[in-house]
Amino acid sequence: MATKTYEEINQKIKKGEAVVVTAEEIIDIVKEKGVKQTLKDVDVVTTGTFGPMCSSGAILNIGHSNPKIKIQKAWLNDVNAYAGLAAVDLYIGVTEVPDDDPLNKVHPGAFRYGGGHVIEDLVAGKDVKLRAISYGTDCYPRRKLETLINLKDLNEAFLFNPRNAYQNYNCAVNLSNRVIYTYMGVIKPHLGNANYSTSGQLSPLLNDPLYKTIGIGTRIFLGGGVGYVVWNGTQHNPTAKRGENGVPKGGAGTLSVVGDLKQMKPEWLVGASFVGYGATLTVGLGIPIPLLSEEILEYVSVTDKEIFTQVIDYSEDYPNGIVRSLGEISYAQLRSGEIEVNGKKVPTASLSSYSKAREIALELKSWIKEGKFELGEPVELIPGPESGLSFKPLKERAVE
Amino acid sequence: MAKTGVTKRIVIRFPKRLVEEPIVYRLIKDFDLVMNILKAYVTPNEEGLLVMELQGDADKFEEGIRYLKDKGVLVEPLSKDVKRNEDRCTHCGACVVLCPASALVVDKDTSKIIFSDEKCIACELCVPACPVGAMEVHF
Repeated sequence: MATKTYEEINQKIKKGEAVVVTAEEIIDIVKEKGVKQTLKDVDVVTTGTFGPMCSSGAILNIGHSNPKIKIQKAWLNDVNAYAGLAAVDLYIGVTEVPDDDPLNKVHPGAFRYGGGHVIEDLVAGKDVKLRAISYGTDCYPRRKLETLINLKDLNEAFLFNPRNAYQNYNCAVNLSNRVIYTYMGVIKPHLGNANYSTSGQLSPLLNDPLYKTIGIGTRIFLGGGVGYVVWNGTQHNPTAKRGENGVPKGGAGTLSVVGDLKQMKPEWLVGASFVGYGATLTVGLGIPIPLLSEEILEYVSVTDKEIFTQVIDYSEDYPNGIVRSLGEISYAQLRSGEIEVNGKKVPTASLSSYSKAREIALELKSWIKEGKFELGEPVELIPGPESGLSFKPLKERAVE
Repeated sequence: MAKTGVTKRIVIRFPKRLVEEPIVYRLIKDFDLVMNILKAYVTPNEEGLLVMELQGDADKFEEGIRYLKDKGVLVEPLSKDVKRNEDRCTHCGACVVLCPASALVVDKDTSKIIFSDEKCIACELCVPACPVGAMEVHF
């Protein structure tokens, strides 16, 4: 069986000879040429996804003021940033909202500005207002700081997202008789609409379902710049139920990713607000998959017809941890604009942008073709089904 | 010889004494205006409201408006308009299932979201539902 190595592929990339196609383009190529010939002809397949990813944030080092301050609490454009780190390190999480945000007091709240918007503003080169307080120490006497900061002046600024690129996700519906406002968008009563959120056949982890190429050190497209996979993501669930093609039939693997914020672009990191739910960040992420073997090629040839997810009720079942699927449907059906649930035709909507996912895969393809982006060989793959890892619910225990 | 044509969106409010009169019929019949009703609240014993697009000859349009005003109908231009900020739209699709006028649809080829201004009835359902705040109300 023909195989290729990372080394061989990177040599071709350096020479500008690598053949790179997107996860959409590979589908027809394999159909036309067959597996063996395609493996000879193509070296890398690029993937992409562009959707709201709530477990995201940025680590910033703002530099020392004079006199110095050991920041205890900090706000960026009035959004709280975590300061429980060394003196002037901060972590701004994308779902944080201003302390005086009305939240859901008048339901549904708008959540117009949050940590994700702060990150978008920073990346857009805008000045951001920093307010910080502290208690004063002999080495860090200052107690208050108010200043404008700008991304270009920061010592370090890197995105550190603990859970991105969810491998598959629920399709959300509403069986109740009232409108519900969720992280899956506005869902109308009596199965008024069905919302989903992956890029299906273009999605990174759906093209490497058993994590045979993605691991610590995989170089990726992140927010318009270069990033890396640094760990599996939180809630990584490799033992989720899978089809014969290895593709999970619901939420499964996740990734922790890092990347230099200074390289990123606001068009690929867009602050988002989910009415009645909260603020977040829409993240653009793309992963190249090296065609190391026929097996990998089989995986990347997957089509929307062969990727399935579960229809879940978000009015009662999901919030109460009731595990019940109202049906299993393919992304081909979801992307057709209408599915059938409990005998009713339900219009579908995506929260993840398929057209932007395609743009990311094409952008990454051009980076690799131009020799600007070599593949990172993982020093360790992220845990697969054989690890036995699963996503456990919390066991609540009485506090004495 | 071509006449000067106009297409304008207006809001008309008429008192309850006029609810029973065929105002819309007269506009079409007497002034040869093409009409597309975008929104209507006409309930007996209450004020009526119509949001509509009128298309026709400029002079006839003015005559039609004069007719309405003479009847005691309040006529205002449609001042509210929903616009899409093209720089912000990420073409996700969260708006598509909420739009009652099919003004927001997915293009099957490009997977982009098409916004048809002319179909929009300015109901604003898409405005809070757009995660990135791309749908804006303009006054």
